[in-house]
Amino acid sequence: MTKVYGRGPSAVHALRGVDLDLYPGEFVVMLGPSGSGKSTLLNILGGLDVPTSGSVHYRDHNLTDNSDTALTRYRREHVGFVFQFYNLIPSLTARENVELVTDIARDPMPALDALDLVRLRPRADHFPSQLSGGEQQRVAIARAIAKRPEVLLCDEPTGALDAETGIAVLEAIARINEELATTACIITHNAVIAQMADRVIRLSNGQIAGVERNTHRVAASELAW
Amino acid sequence: MKRRALTTKLIRDLLHLRAPLIAIAIVMACGVGGLVMTRTTSESLRASLDAYYDRYRFADLFLSLKRAPEAIRPEIAAVPGVAQIETRVSIGVTLDVPGVIEPAVGRIISIPDDRQPSLHRLFLRNGRLPDPDRHGEVVVSEAFAEALGIGPGDTIDAVINGTRETLRITATALSPEFVYAIQPGGFVPDDKRFAVFWMPHRQLAPLYDMEGAFNDLIVKLSPGAREQAVIDGIDALLDPYGGTGAYARDEQISHLFISDELAQLRTMGTVMPSVFLFVSALLVNIVLARLIRTQREQIAVLRSFGYTRLQIGSHYLAMAVVVAVVGALLGLVFGAVLGKFMLALYVKFYRFPIVLFEFGASAAAVAIAATTAAAVLGAIHAVAGAMRLPPAEAMRPEPPGRYHASFIDRIGLLRRLSPSTKMFLRHVERRPLRAMVSIVGMSLSISILTMGTYVSDAIDYLIEYQFVSTQRYDLSLGFTEPRAGASVFEVAALPGVIDAEPYRAVPVRIHHNHLSERQSIIGVQRGATLERIIDDRGEPIVVPPTGLVLTESLASQLKAGPGDTVTVEVLEGQRPVVECRVEALARTYIGSAAYMSIDALHGVMREGDVASGVHLTFDSAETAPLYRRIKDTPQIASTTVKRASLDSFEETLAESILIMRSFNLAFACVIAVGVVYNSTRIALAERARELATLRVLGLYKGEIAAIFYGELALLMLMAIPIGLTCGYYFALTMSALMSTETHRIPFMLTPQTMAFALAVVLAAAIVTALDTRRQLDDLDLIAVLKDAS
Repeated sequence: MTKVYGRGPSAVHALRGVDLDLYPGEFVVMLGPSGSGKSTLLNILGGLDVPTSGSVHYRDHNLTDNSDTALTRYRREHVGFVFQFYNLIPSLTARENVELVTDIARDPMPALDALDLVRLRPRADHFPSQLSGGEQQRVAIARAIAKRPEVLLCDEPTGALDAETGIAVLEAIARINEELATTACIITHNAVIAQMADRVIRLSNGQIAGVERNTHRVAASELAW
Repeated sequence: MKRRALTTKLIRDLLHLRAPLIAIAIVMACGVGGLVMTRTTSESLRASLDAYYDRYRFADLFLSLKRAPEAIRPEIAAVPGVAQIETRVSIGVTLDVPGVIEPAVGRIISIPDDRQPSLHRLFLRNGRLPDPDRHGEVVVSEAFAEALGIGPGDTIDAVINGTRETLRITATALSPEFVYAIQPGGFVPDDKRFAVFWMPHRQLAPLYDMEGAFNDLIVKLSPGAREQAVIDGIDALLDPYGGTGAYARDEQISHLFISDELAQLRTMGTVMPSVFLFVSALLVNIVLARLIRTQREQIAVLRSFGYTRLQIGSHYLAMAVVVAVVGALLGLVFGAVLGKFMLALYVKFYRFPIVLFEFGASAAAVAIAATTAAAVLGAIHAVAGAMRLPPAEAMRPEPPGRYHASFIDRIGLLRRLSPSTKMFLRHVERRPLRAMVSIVGMSLSISILTMGTYVSDAIDYLIEYQFVSTQRYDLSLGFTEPRAGASVFEVAALPGVIDAEPYRAVPVRIHHNHLSERQSIIGVQRGATLERIIDDRGEPIVVPPTGLVLTESLASQLKAGPGDTVTVEVLEGQRPVVECRVEALARTYIGSAAYMSIDALHGVMREGDVASGVHLTFDSAETAPLYRRIKDTPQIASTTVKRASLDSFEETLAESILIMRSFNLAFACVIAVGVVYNSTRIALAERARELATLRVLGLYKGEIAAIFYGELALLMLMAIPIGLTCGYYFALTMSALMSTETHRIPFMLTPQTMAFALAVVLAAAIVTALDTRRQLDDLDLIAVLKDAS
């Protein structure tokens, strides 16, 4: 698929012919510098955007010709998002932020179980402003996985965190990937993170510059940067 | 000179924020416009009136009496403080107006034979003064001439002291005595049925046996004269001639009505603009506070470049001042145009030879100052915040909102609610001021609408009260002189008359402690049904066998209540002075009076069974013959046809009330839209990130719209009871403030009025919701993934 923003001489070619399969239960890290097209790709995978040409399929759904409502349903039922800046609702406690999603999901886990998975159950009744950055990101992960999504998309999840906190967040993502068999896809420009992936996809200038398969996945706790 | 960068930023920011700023400027313009409109109208009226009074020599004191010889003139002129006097003959007549079936009434006033009177000079619109040697020549009041389409050369028939006379018109004129011309007992001008004529003394006096005598006196005081002393001096001289007590301008009927009107205009011109300026201050606060929050980084950068706190502060304050100035200028134009329009409306009822247009310049100055002050006050809090920000802190984005478990959380009330409801409740709890500003704004629009529309309920009620509940007669006749009770039978025998009840009206001065009021005591039969006296609960009062029933207005002027004893000084006949107990209070909305049983009044007057007039009901099939007989009955000096008074009342008021109502409606809509629109736009801007996040998490457009508008709806729900309650009290206050000596506005609020107010505000909310819905649907989902909060 391709993605072009704008038209005429000012057009920006964000994706220039990307062909990609993601498999159930897989842990994928997409690496690339700013402007390489990785965020655009993630947005399209998450149903937030549609390609200019080409098509995207999730199982037997074609996401390309879908209406906004169908894309929203796709996000609601199958996708979990984790953002660089957490995007928690400041007026809701950790548990309530998770409930925001479990309230609308078809087969969610209890909110407290989700917080358990990210080791935050004791902080369930704290508001975002009472949590550290890493804790806030782990709440965001709990919020993303509480609906038992098939796909977990993380956009620079450690971007705003120091290394130690970042590692705790990555551990949480890895555990979800293993325990719930969720396809996890992390985009980052931090090459170190690539070591914990099944597959590493390098993007450059809107194209896939290379795909590597790790024979050995390094545990998040062993990473350092 | 090159424009400074900060000025450029100011201009760009203003352009960027134009929609909310224009909304604020319009709210301000309404306030300023209202102030300038009412002041322009009242100052123009005041200036026109003063010029008119001055040039046409409006008197300071007035007195009517039975009959005094001209020979007493030097004595009156010698009373210290008297500068000039004019003695006149003034009589009530019945008119037969072609094309008008109801009997009309008129007043004929004598003028000196060969000249203009020295006081109450006539402004001749056309024609000439009557020739004193030609029988029946008169000058007629312009309003009447216009209403009938007659002028110099035309004639009209009048019954003067029992003789039918043909009056020939030589001119139409205005007099400062009749700027607001109403017939006795009337409330609004009825130009077709009330005329004033001026006739040379030489011609008029013989018709009324007044040769060498007068029955009406007007007096101009010399500068610095003590009014009360002169009144006392004149009364002492003229009481023996049946003087009914001299009175000053504040009791002269035309002047009284104008003064009341000017006072009401002033009230209107103060209350409404204050509300608007208050609302605009709120709006400035909302918009600027929001702008400053979003410009934290810019402020930090400017500060780090070395701009001082003062420069930052004045930069944002300048924004408020620009809006205020634009609003004020708009308001000045708007107010001047409306002022002209209002003035044109007024001069339909108030007749001036020349209308001076006085732009309310002082009001304009006040308006600009008040608007700027309101804007600055609204801005000061937000601007002070911007000035306080240390550059380093401002460089960082605003920290995430600090929320904590609230009281309602702790007692477990929120547990069962959905996360979106919790979000809303905690927002309100955390920023109660912001929620309150929205609630206050919405409540104010509801209450302004209530206040603006209740007047028509009040007038409906007043009409029902005055013309249905109390005055149950069709026609009221006043005799030229009190007549024997037997004359009631003569009236009862007129064609079509069903029921007739006599009444007695006696001019008196009522004293209580140091207060006194000139009034009439109306003697009514016990068990009278055609003119009912009603108490404050709406129950008819049966006049007590002795003692007085006072209208509430009169009671409050005298500071007397039931059980108090007042002194009644009768101003006619043998002029007895008696003590009377106040037995009850009656409620009226138009005029004031004292009532007494007609028998008790006869006792006070030491007279037999006489009546001043008769109230009657009649069979409408016999209208024409009845009216014909009345027009020919010489003893009838005044005729009040209820239907006709009601018509002119409705006609006169309907127009001005419709206009008032439209103004209020427009004003309240401006406030409603201004407040709802601004707070919705800002809420959307502030919550865009949160709402977009929810969309990314899988909430449908409809779901976030429900969350967003649900909040708006909840705020509205909170505003409704407050708005209606405030509206209730606004209307109550308005009724009190608009009450004058001549009339009071009943307080009456119907569910329909409240429903109407709510409907308008809801409509404003729906329009705003439709306008923002597109933006809500087009939220940028991708941007939220990338932006720091």
